[in-house]
Amino acid sequence: MIDIILDILSWILLLLGGACVLIGGIGGLRLPNFYARIHAASLTDSMGNILIFSGIMLQAGLSLATLKLFAIMVFLLLTGPTATYALANAALLSGLKPDVGSASDEPQENKLK
Amino acid sequence: MKLLELLGYFNYWVFAIILTVGLYAVISKTNLIKKLIGLSIFQSAVFLMYITMDKVEGGTAPIITAGVDDQIFSNPVPQVLILTAIVVGVSTLALGLALVVRINECYGTIEEDEILDAD
Amino acid sequence: MIFIFAVFLLSLLVITAIAIVRAKNLFVAVMLTSIFSLLMAANFFILDAADVALTEAAVGAGITTVIFLCALSLTDDREKPREGSRWVAFCTVGVLALLIIYATFDKPRLGDPDAPVHQHVAPWYLEKTPEYIDIPNVVTAILGSFRGYDTLGEVFVVFAACIGVLFILSVKPTKKTNQVIKKESGLRHHLIPQVVGRLLIPFIVLFGLYVQFHGEYGPGGGFQAGAIIATGVILYALLEGESSALRAIPRSVLLGMVVGGALLYGGVGVACILMGGAFLDYSVLATDPVVGQQLGILFIEAGVGMAVCGALLSIYHAFAARESFS
Repeated sequence: MIDIILDILSWILLLLGGACVLIGGIGGLRLPNFYARIHAASLTDSMGNILIFSGIMLQAGLSLATLKLFAIMVFLLLTGPTATYALANAALLSGLKPDVGSASDEPQENKLK
Repeated sequence: MKLLELLGYFNYWVFAIILTVGLYAVISKTNLIKKLIGLSIFQSAVFLMYITMDKVEGGTAPIITAGVDDQIFSNPVPQVLILTAIVVGVSTLALGLALVVRINECYGTIEEDEILDAD
Repeated sequence: MIFIFAVFLLSLLVITAIAIVRAKNLFVAVMLTSIFSLLMAANFFILDAADVALTEAAVGAGITTVIFLCALSLTDDREKPREGSRWVAFCTVGVLALLIIYATFDKPRLGDPDAPVHQHVAPWYLEKTPEYIDIPNVVTAILGSFRGYDTLGEVFVVFAACIGVLFILSVKPTKKTNQVIKKESGLRHHLIPQVVGRLLIPFIVLFGLYVQFHGEYGPGGGFQAGAIIATGVILYALLEGESSALRAIPRSVLLGMVVGGALLYGGVGVACILMGGAFLDYSVLATDPVVGQQLGILFIEAGVGMAVCGALLSIYHAFAARESFS
């Protein structure tokens, strides 16, 4: 009985992780500028990372493979955001300015008057 | 069964396509670094073909676990050949890139037609 | 089920290869080549070649990308668009592809156990490895002992490539009149990559040593270990600057590792002659022939690991120490 529950739980986690990565991929293509795309890629990457690895760890049960998977998950969680930081820093230092957009908070009707 | 048999050849079709893409990059691009990238794609396609030949259906990686009889293994011999080939490939690539760097310093460009014109 | 996954990965491989050839910016092409190597490693793993997958991931997706980026930083970044017609090249390549696809219909289908490639030597190796050598990883047994000559030749190829690169890149570039002052290399002002890098580098080197000594029991061996340890040291060189990496492991030590690795391999072979056997016949190294074989494989894998690590690091330092021409 507990096996079936663990199996269903791991399937749910894997599917959610896959959906996260897919959303990140769509965001990487559709968002307007570079810094927004970095947000899409890195946030969904970390979340999908945790979900997918938890799903696989539940499938592996209690064994040496689970410890190795946990170590890989920690490694990816450390290096993924660092890579994102290095990428954004390199872009900023080479002159790509973030798009700040309009700073005004007034609703549009006030401007027409 | 016909579809499954046809899918069994899919690896070989992919090998043919990647081989010719790499070959096209080598013969048709004028940039020297693009040629080297095409050469490395060509090499990877050949590795794919060799490793495709070594799979036995129902087999696993050729690591003998003690005490379990009657295991089916995949063929280890092409894997040994390709291990050597990968390392030789990266050595050749390093040497080729060193030559490209020196050519750039002597001629000022890495486009093949400009180098031939300057000679 | 795994078939669909394999077909998906192979299609991604074709798309990536076409994208590499069409990319105009060489930096994009190099990054796509790294993705191509990683996809190829995943394909190798699905086809049950664990050792080859590890080597392709470590060497192809790691070291090759670094060497390409070093070369790109010393030359130009863009490709000039080519004028003129390319129809001759297209037609030649298309005809070649069709010929190869037609020729591969004669091959046995994927996974056929009666294919000729599985008949002659391979079952003999799989059967005799527990008897002669008694290590679980058959690929390491064949690489180290049954086909030891090929691996000796490969170590010498790596050695020759290292010497070749050092010769070519030791010619100093002609000094320009207005010499730009070289900036301090390394990411001195970026705290986060430095902290994370310092946390990870000991574990990377430890994992490389694990892969080296575990090569007899699972996927691993000298080549993969050399590439992984070289990657760890290159990460240190990128973060702290190349001069600190050269202070940590000086050039003489690197050359000593390359030469020492090749000498160790040849030396084990000569020691076998001196103890009464043939060249690279490890059975005479100990009183029990099986223990002798395991001892011989341990030593030559250490030699291979040292040679590959030293060669890759020497090549990286030769590229990185070069002042940019333009």
